[in-house]
Amino acid sequence: MIFRGKIWTLGDNIDTDTIIPGKYLGSTDPSLLAEHCLEAIEQGWTRKISGDDILVAGKNFGCGSSREHAVVALKAAGISCIIAESLGAIFFRNAINLGLPVIELEGAGDRFKEGDVAEVDMKSGEIRNITSGKTYDLPSIAPIVLDILESGGLLSYIKKKMERPNT
Amino acid sequence: MTISQKILATHAGLPAVKSGDIVSVKLDLILGNDISASMAIEELEKIGMPPLKAAEKIVLIPDHFTPNKDITTAEQCRILREFAQKAGIKHYFEVGRAGIEHALLPEAGLVVPGDLIIGGDSHTCTYGALGAFSTGVGSTDLAAAMVLAETWFRVPETIKINYQGALGEWIGGKDLILYTIGKIGTDGALGKTIEFCGPAIRALDVENRLTMTNMAVEAGAVNGIMEPDSVVESFLKGRGYRKGIYLKSDPDATYEGDLEIDVSSIAPQVAMPPSPGNVVPVQEASGIRLDQVFIGSCTNGRIGDLRVAAGILKGKRTASHVRLLISPATPEIYRQALQEGLLKIFMEADGVMLPPSCGVCFGGHLGILAKGEFCLSTTNRNFTGRMGHPESKVYLSSPAVAAASAIRGEITHPASLA
Repeated sequence: MIFRGKIWTLGDNIDTDTIIPGKYLGSTDPSLLAEHCLEAIEQGWTRKISGDDILVAGKNFGCGSSREHAVVALKAAGISCIIAESLGAIFFRNAINLGLPVIELEGAGDRFKEGDVAEVDMKSGEIRNITSGKTYDLPSIAPIVLDILESGGLLSYIKKKMERPNT
Repeated sequence: MTISQKILATHAGLPAVKSGDIVSVKLDLILGNDISASMAIEELEKIGMPPLKAAEKIVLIPDHFTPNKDITTAEQCRILREFAQKAGIKHYFEVGRAGIEHALLPEAGLVVPGDLIIGGDSHTCTYGALGAFSTGVGSTDLAAAMVLAETWFRVPETIKINYQGALGEWIGGKDLILYTIGKIGTDGALGKTIEFCGPAIRALDVENRLTMTNMAVEAGAVNGIMEPDSVVESFLKGRGYRKGIYLKSDPDATYEGDLEIDVSSIAPQVAMPPSPGNVVPVQEASGIRLDQVFIGSCTNGRIGDLRVAAGILKGKRTASHVRLLISPATPEIYRQALQEGLLKIFMEADGVMLPPSCGVCFGGHLGILAKGEFCLSTTNRNFTGRMGHPESKVYLSSPAVAAASAIRGEITHPASLA
């Protein structure tokens, strides 16, 4: 699992209401959710994103409501991976469960600038800022989290387990 | 081990666990609402709707966009209703019997001490006040748990917060939890358990305790928990479906942090927008002009909250520029308020009675704020645009401060009305 893309940055304590406001939770349509994603920060924010960009955020990213629509919206907007100083506990699980890699990296906000290009290698455990030439070690990831990610999300992981119960 | 660790260990079938362990656990209850469960059901349909291992553990409550806001949300509720019928979900609560989930479950006796519960709603952490380990999850975790009746956790570290001293007048659980979040920050307990303890907690009734654990997630916590005691036991008398297990943390349990809070000097607290951690004593927020006051939600929509508000509003009227909205959190609370004459007091004060619903709190429907409007709310979140327009502002407080502020039309210390 290698992700390479352009960096977009956000600050601290971005809550899931800000990622996708409550009024849109009547829908699970990824394109509608993507359209309104982070609109309180900037109207049309997601129009800047192309298919495999990487989001770098400050501390406590995705705090607040458990709405999984926040992950659906970011994914559909074209975010392929999120690196944050720290992540809301429920958001972390939701992202992994939908197959969106999320990484907690100390000092993430200082290590990447908007527009930098980065490469994340989940297997070798490295994050490279191609623009600055610096490399950082990924914090260790629980095996179950890697398994779920590699299956493409929790439901595929469970389906696989049900089909092959001894693996 | 701590109470939380004991619950996780028991449900994992292990003699002991420690923080950082990854455990697979059996669940006692799996909760979903019209937003989270309808999404979970859609996901399960995509993988061919596997059989449910324990339908009797699933609780489904349409409480967010209900009574149905529009056609789209009516369809979401229909997904829930039809699934409940087809899957034989005993604990499905139709509108009229449904209340706000986190007020309804304890009231209906569905939660007992020692339980392990997940719910598709971040405020599922509320049940910690009854000595249960409970936490919010997203729709995919909910979907998986509905099928397997189990899930996995990383055993959280625990922060112990000890509350000493006696509460002053007008002070309740809401002030204590706002004060705490103000102290430790919205990531002060990120990924951890908060164990609330001490004489000031033991002196609280169950409702005020539920208000506190309800907001543990606003400090980033996975769960908040309190040692279940005789107060919990008498609350559950006559309502528990199952027998609870009353656990205590061991004297040698490991805590990764601790904090002492002297409650005797705490004033009524207000969280300023846009963060529940942006907390000041009410005096520092006094005079902020309001357009709307809301009393309700899973945090403060219980009968005790309504009694406090009615005590202040009795014989008074809301300021002419303010809209006062009141939503009893469950039909039972609504009936009780009717019986006690509280509804009359609210309506004579120009308050508008709303149905039990999460709608106002999360900006879903009912009482949406326009651009530039200010609302004081007894809810749990004041994020940007939480209750409406991104340029509206939400302040959080107790029902006492909310009621006093509705009368004055600006943020007001209840003591200043006398």
